[in-house]
Amino acid sequence: MTTPPETISTKTTGSLDRGRGRPVVLDMQGMTKFFGGLRAVSNFDLTLYKGDLIGLIGPNGAGKTTVFNMITGIYVPTSGKITFNGQEIIGVAPHLINQMGIARTFQNIRLFPNLTVLDNVRIAYHPHAGYGLLDGILHNAKYSAKDRELTEQTQEFLSVFNLQDRQNEIAKNLPYGEQRRLEIARALAAEPSVLLLDEPAAGMNPNESHALMDLIHFIRERFSLTILLIEHQMRVVMGICEWITVMDFGEVIARGDPQAIQTNPRVVEAYLGRGASALSEKYKKK
Amino acid sequence: MQKSTWTFLVGALVIFVVTQALISVGILNDFWYTIIRIGAVMGIVSLGLNLIYGFNGQFSLGQWGFYAIGAYSAADVTYRWTNLHSANGMTVLLVVILFGGAVIIGTGKILSHTPNMDALSQFAIYLVAIIAAVFAGVYVGQAIANPVTGALSALPADVSLQIVFFISVLLAGCLAAEISFIFGLPVLTLGSDYFGIATLGFTVIVKVLLDNSDTMFGFAEMKGARGMIGIPHVTTWAWVFVFLMLVIVITRNLLQSSYGRAIVSVREDEIAAKAMGIDIAFYKTLTFVIGSLYAGLAGGLYAHINGFLHPSTFDFIASFNPLIVVVFGGLGSVTGTVFAAFTWALFLEGVLRLFLPQGFENWRFVVYPFLLLLIMLLRPKGLLGDFEIPYLREVAPALRPKKIEAKEENAPVGNTPPPSPEITVGSEEPKATSEG
Repeated sequence: MTTPPETISTKTTGSLDRGRGRPVVLDMQGMTKFFGGLRAVSNFDLTLYKGDLIGLIGPNGAGKTTVFNMITGIYVPTSGKITFNGQEIIGVAPHLINQMGIARTFQNIRLFPNLTVLDNVRIAYHPHAGYGLLDGILHNAKYSAKDRELTEQTQEFLSVFNLQDRQNEIAKNLPYGEQRRLEIARALAAEPSVLLLDEPAAGMNPNESHALMDLIHFIRERFSLTILLIEHQMRVVMGICEWITVMDFGEVIARGDPQAIQTNPRVVEAYLGRGASALSEKYKKK
Repeated sequence: MQKSTWTFLVGALVIFVVTQALISVGILNDFWYTIIRIGAVMGIVSLGLNLIYGFNGQFSLGQWGFYAIGAYSAADVTYRWTNLHSANGMTVLLVVILFGGAVIIGTGKILSHTPNMDALSQFAIYLVAIIAAVFAGVYVGQAIANPVTGALSALPADVSLQIVFFISVLLAGCLAAEISFIFGLPVLTLGSDYFGIATLGFTVIVKVLLDNSDTMFGFAEMKGARGMIGIPHVTTWAWVFVFLMLVIVITRNLLQSSYGRAIVSVREDEIAAKAMGIDIAFYKTLTFVIGSLYAGLAGGLYAHINGFLHPSTFDFIASFNPLIVVVFGGLGSVTGTVFAAFTWALFLEGVLRLFLPQGFENWRFVVYPFLLLLIMLLRPKGLLGDFEIPYLREVAPALRPKKIEAKEENAPVGNTPPPSPEITVGSEEPKATSEG
């Protein structure tokens, strides 16, 4: 689980003490995942400090979504360690990880397509419903009070995301941008402390992705979130992330602030090939 | 109470009284009377399946097996009471179910300390515990049978029979529910299609066991493949109606609670549900158990309509009947399911049987599928689609803009600061749908 020493120096560029003074929220050490003989992720290290907004980028198939799936418990890492607020979370069931405070969105939007906007968010509140199954079946006073409270809470929450007028709309009928917004709203309903966004700007036009960047800034302040973001649109990543980790073929090839990443030859090589990398080096020298 | 609730109660009462009057006067003869009761029983079975398949998305063919278990267990209880003048069937079943329930809850509590145990090991532990509970239950049940028989015999014969019948139907439901819990543990981990095949296997197993109930298990009164006779005819229109209403109200209340929404979320997207903190294994099991409970209740009622049970009624071909009713009435529609169940009974057993010429009764299995095909082509979402009567429809409360504004004004108290300018930008984003 040791990284070859010569790569460390090239990997990390930018300020090394970025996490100073803030508590570690999510810490991944030496995370490795094999699918049969295929090494999807190898020796992945990443530390999220409270309030971070970190980008995770890399070409298709680099293993970014696998990292998300390991954090959220869908996959169990072959080896490595993930701690959330100091607590080991490997092997914990996905729904419990969510209840601990890690929420995510999906690359291809995964709403509950045939349910209303209101129900989509109300389901996320379910672990905090506050009444038992029997109360629900009997529709007693406790149910009435708690369920009304839950619904009002949801409606208030929807209005934060400007979706309150859409509450009775069926989720799959919403325009694309609003579906994204609803998915983020649903992920935040359970008041997580860490939010994992998987390509939120995929398929968005420049206007929509600009609005998305504003939204991400807003929720980060509003819910005091720590955000890990996978994204392909460089405008979005470079625009909002303070720190970027680049993956290729399951390995971290570079870390640093957006400035450093843009000029890192290994990143250029991973995205555009060796020739382009050499070309850009030449260009820089000139 | 809301207006829709009153409308529902009054409507139900009117339907009950009118039908009962028609039966009492004799306009509905025995033939139609049987068909109406079978329709109601079918409604209960199908509502159970609709919960499992329509609302939770698990394609199950096991409903008919639980129906058979309910029918035979309830029939055995009342048979022993009327023909053998002993309440031992009831006491044994009651104690077995109580012990079984206690063991299931206890084992669940113990196993919750080891969260990473796989389903098969859990199944094995539950099975051992349950078998122990059954042996203990039979022993204790036999021991208390005589005093209970004495106490019930002190009542008038009619009253005691109704009491035994009512308890037997409830026990039939509970038995089916407990068996479905045990069976569901390993099987519910399967993906949807495989789950369908496994549950079909369950129905076949139950049928074969019933064929050999007298030789293999020593239930001589069940008479195996010759068919069980001598069950008292206790199921009246009133009984089936009460149970049908009970099941409708429970289903409706469940679906309109947070638990119901969790059940539906599993159907909509399992992975998203998991990521939203929903324990999908729990909700699959819960739905399966409730659905099977309904099937058991319906079986108990069915057994006392004709006073005769035969394993061929519970053939796996017949296990498609509730499935047809559910799909025909509209997946995920309670109203549609009840409506389709009565339509199914009246049409297949009633109208077609009467209208086809003598000797051609079995042609109804040619006419019926053909009509079914036509209707599915014309109305692919089921006869009533997703229509629900107002009582069963959940209406989201309207927004109360005043309250939200008030909350926003005193931001530090409620944690709702006025939306930042960014979010306003977000709201003004073009509504056009992009391709991705």
